Parts: sequence; C-alpha cells; structure tokens
Amino acid sequence: MRVTVDRERCVGAGQCALNAPEVFDQDEDGIVTLLVREPEEADADGARAAGDLCPSGSITVHED
Amino acid sequence: MTTSTGPTVVGFPRRTPEEPLPLSQYASHREQNGLVLSHLPNGVPVWLVTRHEDVRAVLTHPKISANPDNEGFPNVGETMGVPKQDQIPGWFVGLDSPEHDRFRKVLIPEFTVRRVRELRPAIERTVDERIDAMLAAGDRADLIGDFALPVPSLVISSLLGVPPADRDFFESRTRTLVAIRTSTDEERATATRELLRYINRLIAIKEKWPGDDLISRLLATGQLTSVELSGVLLLLLIAGHETTANNIGLGVVTLLANPQWIGHERLVEELLRLHSVADMVALRVAVDDVEIAGRLIRKGEGIVPLLAAANHDTEVFGCPHAFDPERSERRHVAFGYGVHQCLGQNLVRVEMEIAYRKLFERIPTLELDVPPDGLAFKYDGILFGLHELPVRW
Repeated sequence: MRVTVDRERCVGAGQCALNAPEVFDQDEDGIVTLLVREPEEADADGARAAGDLCPSGSITVHED
Repeated sequence: MTTSTGPTVVGFPRRTPEEPLPLSQYASHREQNGLVLSHLPNGVPVWLVTRHEDVRAVLTHPKISANPDNEGFPNVGETMGVPKQDQIPGWFVGLDSPEHDRFRKVLIPEFTVRRVRELRPAIERTVDERIDAMLAAGDRADLIGDFALPVPSLVISSLLGVPPADRDFFESRTRTLVAIRTSTDEERATATRELLRYINRLIAIKEKWPGDDLISRLLATGQLTSVELSGVLLLLLIAGHETTANNIGLGVVTLLANPQWIGHERLVEELLRLHSVADMVALRVAVDDVEIAGRLIRKGEGIVPLLAAANHDTEVFGCPHAFDPERSERRHVAFGYGVHQCLGQNLVRVEMEIAYRKLFERIPTLELDVPPDGLAFKYDGILFGLHELPVRW
C-alpha cells in the first residue's frame, strides 16, 4: 500500500491525524503531512479509513 | 445520463414532537429514483438529497454553492437562513472557494487534533465545575440548562480569551440565542447585538494587549480586518454552542437507555451519526446546470442535503437506527462534507467525550426525572436536540 496527499486541497479537518496518527499528522498550519509513505499492515486500515473520511479528497490510498 | 421520468414530488420534511428527526420520511425518499422535489415553506421548489452518496456529491460539487447571495438559495425560514455576506462580513460558511479558503486557512491551526488535545485539561475543569454546581444545588437538575449549554459556551469563551469575570455575561447572552421557546425574536436580536459589541471591545483590547488566546493569534496573522474578525468570532460561537449542547443532551439520553456502552471508545462517533443534530444546515444552490443522481438540477435551483438522512442510509449503515458503537462503518456526514466540513469537529468530540465520562463517573446514579416519552425534543428550531432534560440522582 502506498499513500499520497495533496496539501493544496487539504482543509485541515484533521480526520486523518485522528484516525491514523501513525501515518498522518497536521503541520503547524494544520495542513496534512505524511509520516509514512508505505504504511505497515497494522496501520493499513487506519490509512484506508483516513482516505474514506477525508472531506476534501486530499488523501489517496494506492493498493499496489 | 439523466432520467427521463419526472421527479417524485414530496412534502417538505415535517418535524413533529413524535418524530423530531423525520427519518421515516427520509427512508421513503431514498427509495425514489434520483432526487425528490419538494417545496419550501415559502412555496419555492427545492431538491431534497437523502442518499449518503448523493449528499457527498452535492457537498463537493464545484458548481454547487453555499453562498446565500446567489439567486435561488433556499430560505428555510427566517431563523434557518444564513446571513447575507453584507450583513456579517467574515461569516465564511456562506462563501465558496477561493474566497472561503482565506478564512478557513487562518483558523485551521486553532482546531487541529493536537491543539484540541492541549485544551483537554481546561475542558475537564469546566465540566467538573458545572458538575460541582449541580451537585451543590440538590439532587435534580435540568441537564440542558445547567450543563449541556454552559459547557460549550464556557469552553469557547476561554478559547477566545474572554476574561473569567465576563464569562457569565457571555454565557447568559449565548443562552438567550438558543432559548427559542422562552426568548422573543427581539430578545435574541438584542443578545446578538450585545455579543457583537462585546466581541468588538475584546478585539480592541487584544489589539493593545495581546495574550495567549485565539483572538490575539488571529490578529497577529494580519489576514483579517477587525470587522471580518468579529464576524468570524460570532460564527465560531454560534456554530459551536447549541450544536454541541444538543449532542451532549441527546447523548446522555441514549446512554442512559444503553448503559452497557458507557466508556466505549467509538461512542462519540456513533452518537454523532445517530443524532445528526445539524440535519438541515448545509443548504446549497446550483450556480450552473449540474447532474446529481441522474437528475438535472438547473442553475438557480435550491438544494437541501439532509445529513441525518445520509447518516441513516441503509446502503452504508446496516440497521441505521440502532445505536451500535461497534459498527465498522465510520463515514458519517454529521459534520458535513467538503471544504465546509465542521472546523470545530475535533473540539466537539473532546467536549462530548469528557462530558459523558465525567457525568457518569461522578454521578453514577444519574437517571431521567421524566418518563422517556415525556422528553421535550426540539422539532421547532433549526437543530435537533432537547429543550430541557430533567434528571435526578
């Protein structure tokens, strides 16, 4: 699994940092930052949930 | 491809004391092809959106606007209308991208998951103080007036940097705005004016003597004029007050009926979904011809995405009316969706979590002081909630 984020689209809702704190964080402007590009199996569900929940479509999860 | 048959026409969602959140009407609308057409109380036709997928599509469509200045924006009644931009500059929930984004960007750092976590001790203190006051006053209380309404108001006032000596004033005026049964239109207009005057004075003070608070930090960014800032602050206050209070009150009722779930880690998320207090606040209008659910929506036609309907869509949530914190599906839209999704959502989550935890820890014998069928649900205001919640212990 690979995760990419679009910081331009991000609206700082923080659902990613809340649901997958091992994979995502918010910088000091509150915008998404990626902690891990290829999450471990244990964090995969959290990353998928963050992709599903992101209100601005800033998170893409590539299942490859 | 658009459907060729005409849309089904339905009555505007009818909220009653028996069904204050009209979920049975929504269920039948979801069965219809595409969207259903309805008429606002003022007779203007409007599209109702009741499926989860369609609600998300509407709230992210670039040609669907949240700006009430656009012709055809649904006016759901005076109290439900979003103010026009020339009335309250800074009321950015009524702006579209990119104008909207300037306001949101300045505010995001104040509501990050990390910042809200830092507020926890202050929120716990506020909640404890309100419980102390209830316990000191006797063995019964109105949990709305004595707890659910003051807590978010006190939290937001401390966030804004309202001095402790002024917080009672602040709390009483915000409470007047919410008391639709007991306050007149004129009293509410006066309370709004007094709050705006107070906010403007506070801004002037923070300009001279900045502190460690939200107003001082927003001023320091230099991104907002003081008129815009006062509109933004009023918006934060109104958006975060009754919504949070209603969630706290309804959540306590649901937890008293389902005490086995008290303390569950997914409790707050499920309560947000189940009660969907802001069902009808995300009003929109098409600013070009658009297609949603195979239905052509013409430029200038109003759209009412119903968040509670989406959150009870059986395609997404199995047994949607059941309170089940262990359900695996998390994609509720209780905070809306798209660029306008609630900025304060992480703050609300923490307020709810602390409120339930402290209430049931400190008052383990808490119970309703009315029969469950005697609860006064709000069906006559903007938001779903309780007018009052008599409890005893």
